[in-house]
Amino acid sequence: MANSLYSIVATFESPDTIIKAAKAVRDAGYKKFDVHTPFPVHGMDKAMSLPETKLGFVTLAAAILGAVGMISFASWVAAVDYPLVIGGKPYWSWPAFVPVTYEIAVLASVVLTVVIMIVFFFKFPNISHPLHDTPYMKKVSSDKFGVSIQAQDELFNEKKVRELLQSLGGNVDAVYYSDEFINFKPQLFEPKFLLLLAGIAMASSAGGYLLWNKILFLPPYDWMMEQQKVKPQMVSNFYSDKFAMRQPVEGTVARGYIPYPYKDKPDDAGKYLVNPLLPTKQVLELGKKKFLTFCSPCHGNFGQGDSRLRGQFPNPPSLHSDKVRGWPDGNIYHVITNGQNVMPSYQYQVSREERWAIILYIRTLQRALNAKESDLQ
Amino acid sequence: MNEHLNNIIVAKKELPSSLVKLGWVLTMLGLVLVGISYITDAQRAVQNNLIGFTFLASVSVGAVFFIALEYIAGAVWSTPFRRVTEFLAATLPLLIILAIPLFMNMHNLFEWTHTDVVTSDKVLHGKASYLNVNSFTIRFAVMMAIWMLFYLVFRKHSFVQDLNHDQKHTSINIKFAAVFIPVYAISISLFAFDWLMSLTPHWFSTIFGVYYFIGSIVCTLSVITYLVVSLAEKGYFFKGITEDHYYSFGALLFALLSFWAYIAFSQFMLIWYANLPEENFWFIARWKNGWEYISSALALFHFWIPYFMLVSRPSKMNKGNLKRTALLLIAAHFLDLYWMVMPTFHASPVFSFHELAFPMLTLGLIIVVFAIQSKKYNMVPIGDPKLERGIDFRL
Ligand code: HEC
Repeated sequence: MANSLYSIVATFESPDTIIKAAKAVRDAGYKKFDVHTPFPVHGMDKAMSLPETKLGFVTLAAAILGAVGMISFASWVAAVDYPLVIGGKPYWSWPAFVPVTYEIAVLASVVLTVVIMIVFFFKFPNISHPLHDTPYMKKVSSDKFGVSIQAQDELFNEKKVRELLQSLGGNVDAVYYSDEFINFKPQLFEPKFLLLLAGIAMASSAGGYLLWNKILFLPPYDWMMEQQKVKPQMVSNFYSDKFAMRQPVEGTVARGYIPYPYKDKPDDAGKYLVNPLLPTKQVLELGKKKFLTFCSPCHGNFGQGDSRLRGQFPNPPSLHSDKVRGWPDGNIYHVITNGQNVMPSYQYQVSREERWAIILYIRTLQRALNAKESDLQ
Repeated sequence: MNEHLNNIIVAKKELPSSLVKLGWVLTMLGLVLVGISYITDAQRAVQNNLIGFTFLASVSVGAVFFIALEYIAGAVWSTPFRRVTEFLAATLPLLIILAIPLFMNMHNLFEWTHTDVVTSDKVLHGKASYLNVNSFTIRFAVMMAIWMLFYLVFRKHSFVQDLNHDQKHTSINIKFAAVFIPVYAISISLFAFDWLMSLTPHWFSTIFGVYYFIGSIVCTLSVITYLVVSLAEKGYFFKGITEDHYYSFGALLFALLSFWAYIAFSQFMLIWYANLPEENFWFIARWKNGWEYISSALALFHFWIPYFMLVSRPSKMNKGNLKRTALLLIAAHFLDLYWMVMPTFHASPVFSFHELAFPMLTLGLIIVVFAIQSKKYNMVPIGDPKLERGIDFRL
């Protein structure tokens, strides 16, 4: 080992003597010295003339960061990105954000304080210190109280330091270190380390997969699935008609729902229904979105009846036939609402407004494939 | 007592005359104002009487609680200052005097004392077996008796110990403290239900007892802290009071006022969230016609400002800062009680000399009682076996 001197150390027997020693070392003018004791000794900060720690400001900043971050995130989610009316309250209901903001502020301050302490104060990832693994450290972490004066100190003079510590009644020793050992930097991209990381990732994913998808469905962990409640379509002995799912009272009309008057009467629908929407950009965009979602799987992206269902299902017809082009909007509306032969009704998936928007979009498609001379100019 | 203690304990015990004078002036002025208040507007005077009464209850019963807490927790840092708490608890009998006008004017305060209203009101009728004048009075008498009993026991053993230095008094007080804590928890909740929550008898909040409890405890600790710090500055108690002693007061105050905010917010948030008409009207009344400013001021002065006044480590040991925070929190407790009582009777906030009369009187009485007690008894429990450790206390 290429050894250089790190510090001169001395061990003492009691908290009182170490306080005295710390004061004496401080008064002798040394700056780079440290004290190690098996338990916190009160008054040590003062004896060593340590300045107040600045770590509290880190904690405060982290707490503010956490609080502001969480409030903003909750506000954005609840009021902007996914506004849902909950309990009849405004989207932005700050009292509901208070608990989580508080929790995140605490979490952020704790975690960031520890991380910053480790990275900045302990100089992570450097994991070694010259005092580690020395007889001195063994003693001061069990029953002795030690002080260590570093060789880097401006006033350092080995003989003088030894004399000072001896005069204080300490048991003096020296600590040497090897440079390459102390300044050893862990190799983050070593194959072994990467392999280990990959192994951990795989093991934890497999464990997670088993837990969430298999184990939770085995007894005794499946108790969550056996609950004392009726589900839709189950038998209920509570009601005389044995239906768990209740029917609305006869004649009930749901809010915003108007019964369709032309059931099985396509001709009337074509005659009396008028498209209430105008083909604005907005309406057409809505129509395109809904058409691509609900109609294109069968009728194809452009309504030409060329979807991948062709051949596997009664072929969905093209929407560009003379028949459909000649229909009034009401007839198409009727097909969407009522269904036609094998095509099911879409009245529950597609709102009335959206149906009219889809129709306008179909009209645009039709016009695009059968453009008139005048359109081309 | 050994030599070491003899040298550092200060025999001085008479309070500074300025403080005593202030106490008497406040009491006298308060009495005059109370008289005028009762003559000009008896209704309003009773309402303020209730605020003054509950404030005094906060301090006196809270003081008994802190005595018990010190014994049962085995705390040593507060032992040298325990006499302050014991002197404050001596205001307990005054509660009865402040309660007399309230009992005479019950009809003006409590809707449930009107039998005609109760018989025609289904909800009040259902609560009548608990909320009626007889059982209310009995409950108050029993509570007073219990509090007095424990106060006298603690006090007797603590004061006798000054003479005979016998450890057995400490052990006896610890046993009584263990009994007192649960008794106190129940009695202070019922006290809050009876005197404050039943002002709006249709309303209920199960957390209300805890809310009053923590408000009263913050107030009591503020009074103790203020007295200890300002007397210590003038050289009372003992020589060599350290920052660690002050820090303990600051840290405890900080913890308790945070707990107040936690409870206050919990009470609000659950009611706000469920938004049930039989609960939410209490908060709605406190969020309109100007009361929203009082509610916001309460959050500001009872939590946010004192929180940031005490949040840093040095600020918890700074004597001036401790005194300022304590005074602020005492005022905030008056505001808290005002906020609990007044919206029941006034559509929007009211403020005039009526509202000043009782705070002056109660604060004056507390100082006067404290002065009389400190003249008669030792300022430091010189016979307490924990005293030396308390003096040498380091964090
Ligand atoms: C499940 C596949 C499927 C979906 C999805 C579907 N259709 Fe159809 N559609 C059909 C079939 C099959 C027919 C032919 C029915 C028949 O035999 O009359 C048809 C017929 C039609 C017709 C009448 C054509 C004619 O010539 O008679 C119109 C108009 C129509 N669909 C519009 C729509 C619209 C608009 C949507 C989207 C809301 C849609 N369809 C969604 C399968 C589908």
